[in-house]
Amino acid sequence: MSEHTYTPQSKFGKWFNDRLPLLSLASHLTDYPTPKNLNYWWTFGGILTFCLLSQMITGLVLAMHYVAHADMAFSSIEHIMRDVNYGWLIRYIHSNGASMFFLAVYIHIFRSLFYGSYKSPREIIWILGMLIYLLMMATAFMGYVLPWGQMSFWGATVITNLFSAIPLVGESITTWLWGGYAVDNPTLTRFFSLHYFFPFLILGLVILHIWALHVPGNNNPIGIDVEKPSKDTVPFHPYITIKDLFALLIFLIIFSGFIFFAPNILGHSDNYIEANPLVTPKHIVPEWYLLPFYAILRSVPDKLGGVVLLFGSIFILMALPWLDSSKVRSSIFRPLNRIFFWILIVNVLALGYVGAMPAEGLYLLIARVGTAYYFAHFLIILPVLSRIEKTQPLPLSITDPVLTGK
Amino acid sequence: MFKSNKIYIKILLFFFILINSSVSEEIKIPEHDWSFKGITGKFDRSSLQRGYQVYTEVCSSCHSMSLLSYRNLGEKGGPEFSVEQVKAIAANFEVIDGPNNDGEMFTRPGRPSDKFVSPYPNVQAAMAANGGAYPPDMSVLVKARKGGADYIYSVLTGYTEPPTNFDLEEGVYYNRYMEGNKIKMSNPLSDDLVSYSDGTKATEAQMAKDVTTFLTWAAEPHLEARHKLGFKVIIFLIILSILVYFSMRRLWLRIDSKE
Repeated sequence: MSEHTYTPQSKFGKWFNDRLPLLSLASHLTDYPTPKNLNYWWTFGGILTFCLLSQMITGLVLAMHYVAHADMAFSSIEHIMRDVNYGWLIRYIHSNGASMFFLAVYIHIFRSLFYGSYKSPREIIWILGMLIYLLMMATAFMGYVLPWGQMSFWGATVITNLFSAIPLVGESITTWLWGGYAVDNPTLTRFFSLHYFFPFLILGLVILHIWALHVPGNNNPIGIDVEKPSKDTVPFHPYITIKDLFALLIFLIIFSGFIFFAPNILGHSDNYIEANPLVTPKHIVPEWYLLPFYAILRSVPDKLGGVVLLFGSIFILMALPWLDSSKVRSSIFRPLNRIFFWILIVNVLALGYVGAMPAEGLYLLIARVGTAYYFAHFLIILPVLSRIEKTQPLPLSITDPVLTGK
Repeated sequence: MFKSNKIYIKILLFFFILINSSVSEEIKIPEHDWSFKGITGKFDRSSLQRGYQVYTEVCSSCHSMSLLSYRNLGEKGGPEFSVEQVKAIAANFEVIDGPNNDGEMFTRPGRPSDKFVSPYPNVQAAMAANGGAYPPDMSVLVKARKGGADYIYSVLTGYTEPPTNFDLEEGVYYNRYMEGNKIKMSNPLSDDLVSYSDGTKATEAQMAKDVTTFLTWAAEPHLEARHKLGFKVIIFLIILSILVYFSMRRLWLRIDSKE
């Protein structure tokens, strides 16, 4: 970050900047050279930053009115919805915000997969991103428990029970997580505490993620390195900031559509029934963004096997930079990878679909085939493909393809 | 990049339609044209008032609505009874209050700030009085059922004679739209069960419609404010994004014209 030197104009500015180089940091962030050929799939980093801050701010207000107690949590949410000024708005932004956050993060991840942004020298950015994603899932899961509806309660029961599959210590770990012998008030209060804490960890990782990004700079749609910064890049501000702002506004229009006109469409109606440990819902399903993993979990008849696959499916992504050895980053020049990229997307969507369905018959079969394919994609197809694929010729510089108009 | 990949999207669609059509035998809930549906949807004020009447005179003998207060009946976007009407409605109910200075609980007439009085002191009492089935609290019932208002209306109007070989136990009734076609609540509505003061004919369908409207408002009391604000927010965002778009175009012209 110290490749360019910045000297403040004013005497005080210089005095301050010598002691804490905040002004240098601001100057670095505005001047940060960004490839000028970035397309709109690159705007989701900014959108995700917005999502995180929006969740933290709305969450801060919700926590002022929410009561983390098994007897009062459900009605305190309804108190927010009914009696707190614009409480309905804040809660709907927060609950739909989680979905929008995941929508954006999935686009961000798949963008990285398509354009090979995880490849050298950006492996650390990718791994930090995966850690953020893991923490997001944990945070979202615990947040979903807080309204203490039927799905909250039974979702928490199913997920925490997974840990009991660990040999020898599983039962003790589960009891420790629950703070008792079943999901109950102690579980709720600790989930609330952690749900409030985790976003700060995410924020810290996001700062590292951006820091790591600013060392090599952005990847770009054609995936070749910046040759001449003066020709191939633009300063981040105002060129990228205004583009990110435009994309964010379009994203907010869709977001608002959910908040104001279909605020409950992404949730499950059972979560408007207060938690009842004596009545099990017919189908226990997680939120939509966790469904592919739920399908993987249930595709194995053995509980431990399911848990191993579930965690394996996420940790395998961290090894991706080494599983895919192709020197060419962008799939624009990788005809085979392009095809398998789309098959992977279809596969993940199909897993998500069967994750919402009962684990039986045709659904179970699809879940098993899909799970097998998911692992085969990363463990067999990618390593082999990246060695045998005949890639197309790369342009000489970022400016070249821009010049020719395509 | 994505143009050449249209074929995959087609395959994907085909795939979903295939599994969707091969396994689904749920009871289909017919959709109705509610005034509160859609982006400009509003509640029909008089329907809400009639719906409240159906709730108090029929449903409330078994179903509680513990999240609502009488004051809500006079608030904007709801049935909008006048202040006097709300006071009179609340005063009709006996509310247990206390303890007083002697340490005794006592009853007094309800006030607008009181929560709706529940028919039973607790869940166990409600179950004991209803053959073991708990009549669910109606405060958020519309949001707690798949199909929402359409579902509630369908169940209310879905009582028919069971098919000839259908087994019904004692105290269980046949309903076309209930899961498994069995319901422990007997048909609550019949023509002219209540008499509407505004002259509307109290047919079964009319009462079902009114009470469903009322329950939808109860579950989502700020629905009208939400629709109104959403409309403004989205118009604002569209105008702003158009302005930002043209600013962006102008700004990038500096870069594009250099080449």
